[in-house]
Amino acid sequence: MTDPDEDASDPDTTGTGNSGAEAREGDAAGVGRSEDTAAEVDRLVEGVRAGKHRALARSITKIENRAPGYRDLVARLHAHTGEADVLGITGSPGAGKSTLVDKLASTYRDRGLTVGVIAIDPASPFTGGAVLGDRIRMASNVGDMDVFFRSMSARGTLGGLSTATTDAVTALDAFGKDKIIVETVGAGQNEIDIVGTADTVAVLVPPGSGDDVQMLKAGILEIADLLVVNKADLEGADRTVQELREMLKLNDGGTPAGGHHGVGTTVAADSPTSEHASGTGGETPENEARASDSDGQAGLGTGDDVAPRPGEWEPRIVETVAKTGDGVDDLIAAVEDHRTYLVESGELARQARRRYAEEVRTLLREDVHELLAEEIEARGGLDAAVDRIVARETDPYSVAADVVEPIETCVRDRREGG
Amino acid sequence: MSAEQEQDGRQIRCLVAKVGLDGHDRGAHVIARAFRDAGFEVVYSGLHRSPEEVVQAAVQEDVDVLGISILSGAHNTLVPKIMDGLREYDAFEDTLVLVGGIIPDDDKDTLKSAGVAEIFGPGASMDEMIEYVRAHAPERR
Repeated sequence: MTDPDEDASDPDTTGTGNSGAEAREGDAAGVGRSEDTAAEVDRLVEGVRAGKHRALARSITKIENRAPGYRDLVARLHAHTGEADVLGITGSPGAGKSTLVDKLASTYRDRGLTVGVIAIDPASPFTGGAVLGDRIRMASNVGDMDVFFRSMSARGTLGGLSTATTDAVTALDAFGKDKIIVETVGAGQNEIDIVGTADTVAVLVPPGSGDDVQMLKAGILEIADLLVVNKADLEGADRTVQELREMLKLNDGGTPAGGHHGVGTTVAADSPTSEHASGTGGETPENEARASDSDGQAGLGTGDDVAPRPGEWEPRIVETVAKTGDGVDDLIAAVEDHRTYLVESGELARQARRRYAEEVRTLLREDVHELLAEEIEARGGLDAAVDRIVARETDPYSVAADVVEPIETCVRDRREGG
Repeated sequence: MSAEQEQDGRQIRCLVAKVGLDGHDRGAHVIARAFRDAGFEVVYSGLHRSPEEVVQAAVQEDVDVLGISILSGAHNTLVPKIMDGLREYDAFEDTLVLVGGIIPDDDKDTLKSAGVAEIFGPGASMDEMIEYVRAHAPERR
């Protein structure tokens, strides 16, 4: 209950401890409460490290709710992370994401690995309610507590989906899961967000997507490390595979193709002008440079997460039938190949650095936003300011400058005086 | 608490579970939908779940409310098994367990003494159920 936008009508909120800074310390207004929170965080960290499912579940709830102490919790769990491989699964609704996740999880379990799954379903924009139905597909992992499956609603507020999901992944990682799978909602912006969390992104493309494939070209395809043609037993699957190949070829077109890793499941899409036709070319700096060229041409966004993906890795196409489990081994092999590439090219380390930087920026934005919200409130609220703007007594720029000015001064004094 | 308020911060999470050999899930669907519209987050289990699966889901999803739908008549066997499982994972104390379905009066006391908070039979109104959940969902941090 640390939402800054919430007015003071909520009796549960202790005192005025609504600012991010205070929430971090525990609620300043209630010392007892803050001790409680600290003790609870201790208990949760201990429980997660000891492999207690309840503690893990409760930690994720705390993270989801942005409940008091969650920052401390995530901060302390962070030290125990970095071991798990994170796979993101995305694709249109009904593509078979949940079923595939189920089969992936059970295959990993057969290999003696532990698995954490976070499955995100959309929330109603009107009531905030949600029906989280991904669990229904988890038929292969009945009663196996070593598959920790957690449904999350894309609440869409409070720091956004990506932050909560990333923090939940942190909890699963600290718990000691070997493999973590994040299944996104069927459509929307969140599909892109997955890039900020997963090491490897698999995009599911159902057969017969037809014109959808064109849409993919502009959007999801760009974030795919692996293109999974699920339901490959259906008519039209071959054609979809063919279309995807064409698309990859187009992406390469115009610029000399980067060195594919030659492990050609389906990467027959080498442009004929490839200087690396031998296919053995690998991680050379010039390759990377060219890769970013071609990225630019493909119209990639400029977001930190998306743009710097080196093109050395060409998206692979894998065919699966999630319902029967056909092709799941191939998919896992492809995921492992991608992992190997990430490690050997040093991209995994770079990716991690970018993410932490982005995470810090996000947190800073959140914190500063809360700080400003508080300041605006202290000055009589935004409505009053807007009234004056409407009456032409002042203007938006002046209001913003007025609010920021004391904070700026304060920060500068501290820095110089420090 | 209005749905609006629940949207931020803590939100009531429910698991709607179908347990045992019982293929009738229309009621469960209706309730899942009504809970959703009330602003709750509803995890739906799907049909034919075993007690241990229901426990696994309730623990991992960390739900505030577990609604068990049973129309098969096997409630006296299945429900206590779920209760035992919740205890095993320290989830018994702070999970509000509700049973929906056709439960003979004689069995209601048995279930309640096993830890079921309330039983909703045919004809129970949706509003009544939602109000009950809002009033009784465990307050916890």
